[in-house]
Amino acid sequence: MELTDRACVAQARAGDADAFRVLVERHSRSLFRLAFRMTGNESDAEDVVQESFLRAYRQLDKFDERATFGTWLYRITANCSLDLMRSRKRRSEQMAPSDPDRDDPILNLPSTAPSPEREAQSGQVRDRVAEALRELSATERTAFVLRHFEGMCIEDVSRVLECAPGAAKHSVFRAVQKLRRALEPLVSTAK
Amino acid sequence: MTHLSEEELVLHYYGEEEGDTLAAEQHLDTCGECRAVYTSLQRVLNVVDGLTLPERDAAYGERVWRRIEARIPARRRRWTGWLPARARWAAAATAMASLLVAAFFIGRSYTPARRVGAVANADPKAGERVLLVAVGDYLERSQMVLVELVNANPQHPLDISAEQERAAGLVSESGLYRQTAEHVGDTAVADVLDDLDRVLLEIAHSPSRLSPGELETLRQRLEAEGILFKIRVLGANVRNQEESAPEKPSAGRQKL
Repeated sequence: MELTDRACVAQARAGDADAFRVLVERHSRSLFRLAFRMTGNESDAEDVVQESFLRAYRQLDKFDERATFGTWLYRITANCSLDLMRSRKRRSEQMAPSDPDRDDPILNLPSTAPSPEREAQSGQVRDRVAEALRELSATERTAFVLRHFEGMCIEDVSRVLECAPGAAKHSVFRAVQKLRRALEPLVSTAK
Repeated sequence: MTHLSEEELVLHYYGEEEGDTLAAEQHLDTCGECRAVYTSLQRVLNVVDGLTLPERDAAYGERVWRRIEARIPARRRRWTGWLPARARWAAAATAMASLLVAAFFIGRSYTPARRVGAVANADPKAGERVLLVAVGDYLERSQMVLVELVNANPQHPLDISAEQERAAGLVSESGLYRQTAEHVGDTAVADVLDDLDRVLLEIAHSPSRLSPGELETLRQRLEAEGILFKIRVLGANVRNQEESAPEKPSAGRQKL
């Protein structure tokens, strides 16, 4: 019989590494999706997933058993991604400007458009969306990804961001506002 | 007619509005202007939704486990979990002292750690203080190695073998402090020591001659990870604890 997350956590806390392995194997793919949406980069997302599990293991004693393990892991992953994005931003500010699109796989997503013309158009849309997401601050992107893609309530988003719910709500709003300003012309012409 | 603000429309989209949802919907039914903005908002978010994600296969979790397995520390049920944090540090200091004294007798102890062991074994309270001093001293020595590398500004390849030797020595020492921090459940300290360990290991295993470009890359990495900042913060906390360790038993926040 398959062990529940709660049972695995209890066994992992007692020193059973195999129980933690079950949790890693069970949650890695969903954490990767979250990390990719946050960082916009496959290699960074993989690093974030690994770091998140290591942090989770170290903090297992802090996990409140009444909470959902998956949600708790999501919070850790969101925080790891946030740390990475902030450190990248600091680093990029220090380094000479390079091509920011080079490592962003969002820009290399496969197109399903049938004709070269449509293909060019949809590629352009993808580029603009990726660019608009990249233009968001780390906090805005985190708030937006958690609320929009992961469906977290504002209360949970505010816990991840360690801010008041009102501030989290405002970050979501600012993110959507920026996306709308950046993408609306594109959407209007595609009508 | 009072229109819905852009913020209200966004919150309505996510079902997070503070006011009446039904009223907002009714307004959208009757107000063409707000409906146009709302429709545009929906279209933009639909476009964002249309981005596909790179998927990972079913074996991805297994690969993640293989990558992190070696870095998963051995875990034991904490018998001191019911104690307040300061008492846990004191207990940990005593436990560590026993280990160190044992290590001394089999001739494998490291000099600063041995001093910690000898004192702590004689008196657990003094041991706690000595442990804090030892961690503080360890952080300071680590900081010196990193600062020297960060501040080096050579025009020619730089020989860092001396720094590498010191980094290797620090790595051999760090395990005990990290285990102690994990043992008392102080993950903040354990995390910083873990980060520091990785950085020191990397330095210890780098080529002993670094070109100015390689040194610059290393410097940027250290800065990006914020490791020096973390060490400074932790060092300051340790010093504060050192000052209050003998006088104030079991009160306030006790973790490093």
